[in-house]
Amino acid sequence: MRRGRWERRHVAEALVKAMMYASVALVAGSLALILFTVVLRGLPALSWEMVSKPPEGGYYMGKGGGVLNAIIGSLLLASGGTLAALIFGLPIALYLETYLGDSPWGRYVRLSLDVLWGIPSIVYGAFGFTLMLAIGLRASLLAGIIVLALLELPIMVRAMDEVIRRMPVDLEQAALALGSTKLEVAMRIVTRQMMPGIITAILLAFGRGIGDAASVLFTSGYTDRITTSLLRPTASLPLAVFFQLASPFPEVQKRGYASALILTVIVLVISLGSRWISGRVSRYTVK
Amino acid sequence: MEEQQGTEPASFAGAEGRQDNRPSALARLRADRNARRSFSVVTLLPLFLIAVITIALIIRSWPVLGVKPLNETVFGPAWKPQDGLFGFWPFVAGTGWVTVVGMGLAIVPCVLVSLYLSEYARAATRAMAKPILDLLAAIPPVVYGVWGLLTVVPFVEDVLGPFAKRWLGAIPVFAVNQPTGFSILAGGIVLAVMVAPLIIAVLYEILDTVPEELRHASLAVGATRWQTIRGVVIPKVLPGMIAGIVLGASRALGETIAVLMVVGNVVQVPTSIFDAAYPLPALIANNYGDMMSIPLYDAALLGGALVLLVVILIFNILSTLVLQRLLGRQWT
Amino acid sequence: MNSGSQRSASDVPTLKARGSATETDPHIQVRNLNAFYGKVQALANVNLEIPKRQITVIMGPSGCGKSTLLKTFNRFLELTDGTKILGEVLVDGQDIYAKGIDETEVRKRVGLLAQRPSPLPMSIYDNVAYGMHVHRMKRSRQEYKDAVRHYLEIAGLWDEVRKRMHDPATSLSIGQQQRLCLARGLAVEPEIILGDEPTSSLDPISSLNIESRLLDLKRVYTTVIVTHTLRQAKRLADYVIYMYLGEVIEAGPAHEVFSHPKHERTKAYLEGLV
Repeated sequence: MRRGRWERRHVAEALVKAMMYASVALVAGSLALILFTVVLRGLPALSWEMVSKPPEGGYYMGKGGGVLNAIIGSLLLASGGTLAALIFGLPIALYLETYLGDSPWGRYVRLSLDVLWGIPSIVYGAFGFTLMLAIGLRASLLAGIIVLALLELPIMVRAMDEVIRRMPVDLEQAALALGSTKLEVAMRIVTRQMMPGIITAILLAFGRGIGDAASVLFTSGYTDRITTSLLRPTASLPLAVFFQLASPFPEVQKRGYASALILTVIVLVISLGSRWISGRVSRYTVK
Repeated sequence: MEEQQGTEPASFAGAEGRQDNRPSALARLRADRNARRSFSVVTLLPLFLIAVITIALIIRSWPVLGVKPLNETVFGPAWKPQDGLFGFWPFVAGTGWVTVVGMGLAIVPCVLVSLYLSEYARAATRAMAKPILDLLAAIPPVVYGVWGLLTVVPFVEDVLGPFAKRWLGAIPVFAVNQPTGFSILAGGIVLAVMVAPLIIAVLYEILDTVPEELRHASLAVGATRWQTIRGVVIPKVLPGMIAGIVLGASRALGETIAVLMVVGNVVQVPTSIFDAAYPLPALIANNYGDMMSIPLYDAALLGGALVLLVVILIFNILSTLVLQRLLGRQWT
Repeated sequence: MNSGSQRSASDVPTLKARGSATETDPHIQVRNLNAFYGKVQALANVNLEIPKRQITVIMGPSGCGKSTLLKTFNRFLELTDGTKILGEVLVDGQDIYAKGIDETEVRKRVGLLAQRPSPLPMSIYDNVAYGMHVHRMKRSRQEYKDAVRHYLEIAGLWDEVRKRMHDPATSLSIGQQQRLCLARGLAVEPEIILGDEPTSSLDPISSLNIESRLLDLKRVYTTVIVTHTLRQAKRLADYVIYMYLGEVIEAGPAHEVFSHPKHERTKAYLEGLV
């Protein structure tokens, strides 16, 4: 009586497990397919010229040049936005944990952060546009940085809050017992202990910012030149991909795939790099 | 934790007359207080931002949304900006169709994957899953769009379309009315893959809150894992799972670029998943350039953004409230 | 139907002949059992026999492997990631780790009462009925209702909950919850009851209550209890197993082991804690 494996409940479980495996394969397979497609179609058009030169005359009709303008533009946009988000975000995250903890006010702040997190980038872009009109700012690197900062802020603070909340309480209390003020605990101990997590949060936000198109669409404009000024329009990789794909010329479309590949590589490097960095920096943390 | 007023520190080597350069206790406490004040102002920022964004959009879209009746705008069928007609309905319908198809495709696999990770997988498998999900979440939307263009649209056109034409032709919602694969279905497929990492992560967190003892209690009387999932685990966290799915839907509603690249962008109220559509975010993104050239166009487009924002806010706030309560606020 | 709880154990209607020929055959036989958590060995060359229809107590200092051993009897050990089990555990002569054995059937026959009561998130009634529904053991609603009442009586809980059967199980006190878990476990008609320190979360009165249930039930069920309290061991045990660092040091009838322990270690343990 122990060997009956064909009861209804066992068959049901076997079926569900099969469906589970299929679903897992679907999800993992999608990732593989996406990466594979991007590499397969992007690699042929990728060349040194692509990453080292801005578009030359006639680029959009198939002549020479590359997307250096977009690469540099994206890096500037994302760096600026991430820095701005960090300046406001780190204090918010520290304050949340240090002073607010689980108080009702803390919950409201966290709720609003979660709500901000859920706002799509197109709305941030639209808002950025209204802001630009209101203060008379034209489509520029600066406008793009401001909007990206808004977009990245909730992502960064949430990720940091996650990490800071896991701070071992004894560590904090040991410091307080030795006479530190809460501020000192926050600045010296929390930041150091949470450094790997903080770095991961920063890189996470950066990766999101560099890949976004809908927000910079409105606000940073586009140009074929390499950005030199905060107040002039700037190119970005996502938009470069988009515009190149919209071209009727197959050579340009192919370069669009290559640009997509460049963007993907950058994001992957950041994602994997953040794991590596947080691994290195955790030398001083208490486990 | 109140600031000492100057008499206390005297016993700790004096407020000013110190030999070394270390700040006195009084100065440190003052720094703490100042920081607390300035930091607390900073925490007002998130709430402030939500208010400002909403108000700004309301103000700018008032000439259209505030002035004209709703049945001419949000529910209005005619979109002819040149003639001053700003009926959003085709775009609202398009958004609805794409989101429903996307979520419909995503829900079952995501639930199954999260159940697998939570109830069946070993720690090693789970550790492998995390990077995969993180990578999927990190891929920029425009790259999803490229993948959609290169893989999904041809798939819909060459495989799914003919299949539906042959076997499902009688059902209107599967009718193939156009030759290309730029369709709601393509948009839905891309959306499903995009929101999957989020939904799986949230559902997994929810499932993780069920104590292991509860599962053991069920297994101890000889239930199978699946019986335990159905009888004990899911009933315990069903509200949270629903909230997680609603959160995924709110993300799907707002996705712009990837969907825009594969959905066809034809102004029509769709009748089949193989039809092209024009979701609201795509409308805004495609036409921002003309915003200032046609009168009231900017108000209309920003009105579209406002409608989108309001719907997403509702979904988001509801699901977040439920999730915060169930997860004690911890979720990625 | 009997209203008192003392008599019900003897007229459990569903017991049938259990396959084994005599009363003196061991119910569980363990042969060369080795168990590992990853690389750490938790059980080393365990060989023993558990007698039928008696209360066997496994005792020993913390970390000696008593819970681990217990969990091999109902195939719960494998639920933990990274565990490895080598050897045989025979219940009525059948190795429960043999290929093709359905572990859910094993768990039906070998029930477990855990250390902390874990009522399922449902009503009192549904808790007790849960296992019966899982195995589809009854055919009508009335049969389920009768069985639920029966097992609540055996567990000594019926009078306290008869008027609130559909209240959530979490509304019970912790002692009542543990009795509920007992009723729930008995409802699937096991032959063997395992108890993993079943009273250590409870107050003294509830503890004694559970103990008296177990003493009643030993007429019908083979019981194996892990305890870290020597006094409880002395109150309950018919048969004693003493473990130390993953090995069985001594095993035998309670009166022998307690009064004339054969091994030095056993002696030390008995003296150290009395």
